[in-house]
Amino acid sequence: MTADQFSVAVEDVTFAYEADAPVMRFDAQFRKGVITAIMGASGSGKSTLLSLLAGFEMPQSGKIWLAGEDYTHRAPGERPLSMVFQENNLFAHLSVFNNVALGVSPSLKLSASDKESVHHALASVGLENYGKRLPAQLSGGERQRVAVARVLVRHKPILLLDEAFASLGPGLRREMLDLVASLADKNAMTTLMVTHSPEDALHIAQDLVFLGQDGVAFIGPSKELAKSQNQNEAVRNYLIGRGTS
Amino acid sequence: MLALFLLGALAMGAIIALIVFAVLGGSTVDIIDIVTDQYVWRIIRFTLWQAALSTVLSAVLAIPVGFLLFENKYFYGRELLLRLFAIPLVLPQIVAVLAIVSLYGNQGFVTQALEGAGLPVGTIYGLSGILIAHVFFNMPLIARVVLGALNAMPSEYERLSHQLDMGAMQRLRHICWPYMRPALFNASALVFMLCVTSFTVVLTLGGGPRATTLEVGIYQALTFDFDIPRAVVLTAMQLALTAFAVFMFARAGGNIDAGMTLERTRPLIIKRDIRQTVLSVVVLGLAALFVASPFIAIFVKGIAADLLKLIGQPAVQNAILTSFVLGALAASLCIIVTLALCEGAVRKGPMQGIYSHAASLVLVVPPIVIAAGWFILLRPFVIVYEAAPYLVVCVNAAMALPFAMRFVLPARQAAAQRHDRLCAQLGLYGFNKWRLVLLPTMIKPLSVGFAFAFALSLGDLGVIALFGSEKVQTLPFLILQRMGSYRTNDAAGLALMLCIFTLGILMLADRSSISLKGKK
Repeated sequence: MTADQFSVAVEDVTFAYEADAPVMRFDAQFRKGVITAIMGASGSGKSTLLSLLAGFEMPQSGKIWLAGEDYTHRAPGERPLSMVFQENNLFAHLSVFNNVALGVSPSLKLSASDKESVHHALASVGLENYGKRLPAQLSGGERQRVAVARVLVRHKPILLLDEAFASLGPGLRREMLDLVASLADKNAMTTLMVTHSPEDALHIAQDLVFLGQDGVAFIGPSKELAKSQNQNEAVRNYLIGRGTS
Repeated sequence: MLALFLLGALAMGAIIALIVFAVLGGSTVDIIDIVTDQYVWRIIRFTLWQAALSTVLSAVLAIPVGFLLFENKYFYGRELLLRLFAIPLVLPQIVAVLAIVSLYGNQGFVTQALEGAGLPVGTIYGLSGILIAHVFFNMPLIARVVLGALNAMPSEYERLSHQLDMGAMQRLRHICWPYMRPALFNASALVFMLCVTSFTVVLTLGGGPRATTLEVGIYQALTFDFDIPRAVVLTAMQLALTAFAVFMFARAGGNIDAGMTLERTRPLIIKRDIRQTVLSVVVLGLAALFVASPFIAIFVKGIAADLLKLIGQPAVQNAILTSFVLGALAASLCIIVTLALCEGAVRKGPMQGIYSHAASLVLVVPPIVIAAGWFILLRPFVIVYEAAPYLVVCVNAAMALPFAMRFVLPARQAAAQRHDRLCAQLGLYGFNKWRLVLLPTMIKPLSVGFAFAFALSLGDLGVIALFGSEKVQTLPFLILQRMGSYRTNDAAGLALMLCIFTLGILMLADRSSISLKGKK
């Protein structure tokens, strides 16, 4: 394992939700400072992979490497990453400002410079004057922007997106992807993005990890999705169905 | 319609009796005398005081227990602990009282242990005993409701709070508390109401006039002092008080079935906080011990009693038979009325809302009030003790109604939504519709509702305490008698039987409905 080339890796990880559920296997490496799309049929374990990386689930065997260190048995709060979910990223009873501020201090005790950095983060996602509002007063896209602002104040080197923008319309989705791509580039974040949309993957991801029924079926450039010939079989079946050809 | 009328008649009979009495029977001077009597006001003060203390204690203890049950999703025996927490709600109060006395009474295990350690221990009779019993019944209920509310929180919230590296206290304050608070107030309002109308606990653990509540005051006025005017005044005040409590409960948006369902499991989150683990073990361990110890005590004490000799006694055999017959009749009546109310509640019309809420009327008019009203009403005409079986059946059936409705109504509403149109199109009506469509789909909630009503009626002491006599005795009544004549061993043995009957019925209902489902 060369820490400088790969920022995130799962090494021979096995996991099952229940004792009699089918065992999932993961073995993959993710390039440092690069956006990787994670795709695959539903049930192939895309979200499970992110949960394992974040420490929300515990692997049965194998190792989890983050920023070159073994984090397999560490608590979620100790891991050098931030995650954005599809929904419920904001605590509904807290203001936009406090929701972002939780990323600086989990007890909400803020110094003047802490407050400054929260304002700065809100400004960089285009929500300067939204601090006092409650999440219910925002649109779906604005709520996800607040979640991204919290990612920024936490300064973690790894970003996990779990279908974060799937419920937004196409235009808004592209806007959010561009925002994330530029922020990830500026802050040198290694980004893993679970998505169902080949367009999204082609739009901002350089790499693709494709999960089949028995674990990782393809690792390579995301351009594989655009090829019309010589495609990986699992990817082809996912994109166009199991045709006769 | 008939069901509604019967239910109304039952409650109104009691209230009319009061009014009639107030207008005709007693002189106004009497009533003014009673209302201005210090004794009456002391009873009211104590009723409210013990209810408030019981509620606050139960709620304050339930907060850490509920929260730590949420925090620790996987540990050995968690499922068992949750099932244990569901039992106090259905355990006959007289059984729990006996168990608590054998633990915390003068000769009790806990008392002896504390005295052995050189700690001064006061008597259990009075406020302290009432509080222990009420916390035993209600803390697990509130803890389950709180846990239910936390489980309804979006799962992302919990994950995020861990990712943001919040400690347990920070998570409790910033994330969980806003979700726990409404559930906590809700459950507390219900508990306050249950404690205001608590009868058996106060009757057996209250110590004389210093620790008497309105319900017990009514009972004493009718049975020992034969002071009918005072019983009437106390009953009226009890009605006012419960109406107030129900109003508060309704404002809190109350819902009785909360806390009765089991949760779904959540992901395991890795934790590395030794202090929290130690705290969890201590808090949950103590809670488990507190709730489980009365059951152990009942078992140990009951086994020590000569059970075979007890069963050989004709009085005991009679009491068991009477209890079962009356319980079965009460449960049957309860289910019939429940079904009738449900039919009304799914039929569109101006009365629809009334049907679905009619059962809650019972909460405003506690059983002892109904019983007292009928006692006063019937006394001039018949020997009231002969009316005992009818009243026990009717009042116990009414008492179980709100609970049975909670089990059955959702099933009937679901069945209506799914099948009623199809049935109408196929021309399925009346008996055939029941036999072919409704019964098979509602068998589970019906049997659970029946068992619940049966168990509740089996353990009830309220009505039978007023109407019981040498002729008509139920198990709880017999236990009370044996306790009164200091035959504690007998009482413990009978309590063990009652406990086994009650839990057995509930488990049987759970099993049979599952196996019926399996056959399909």
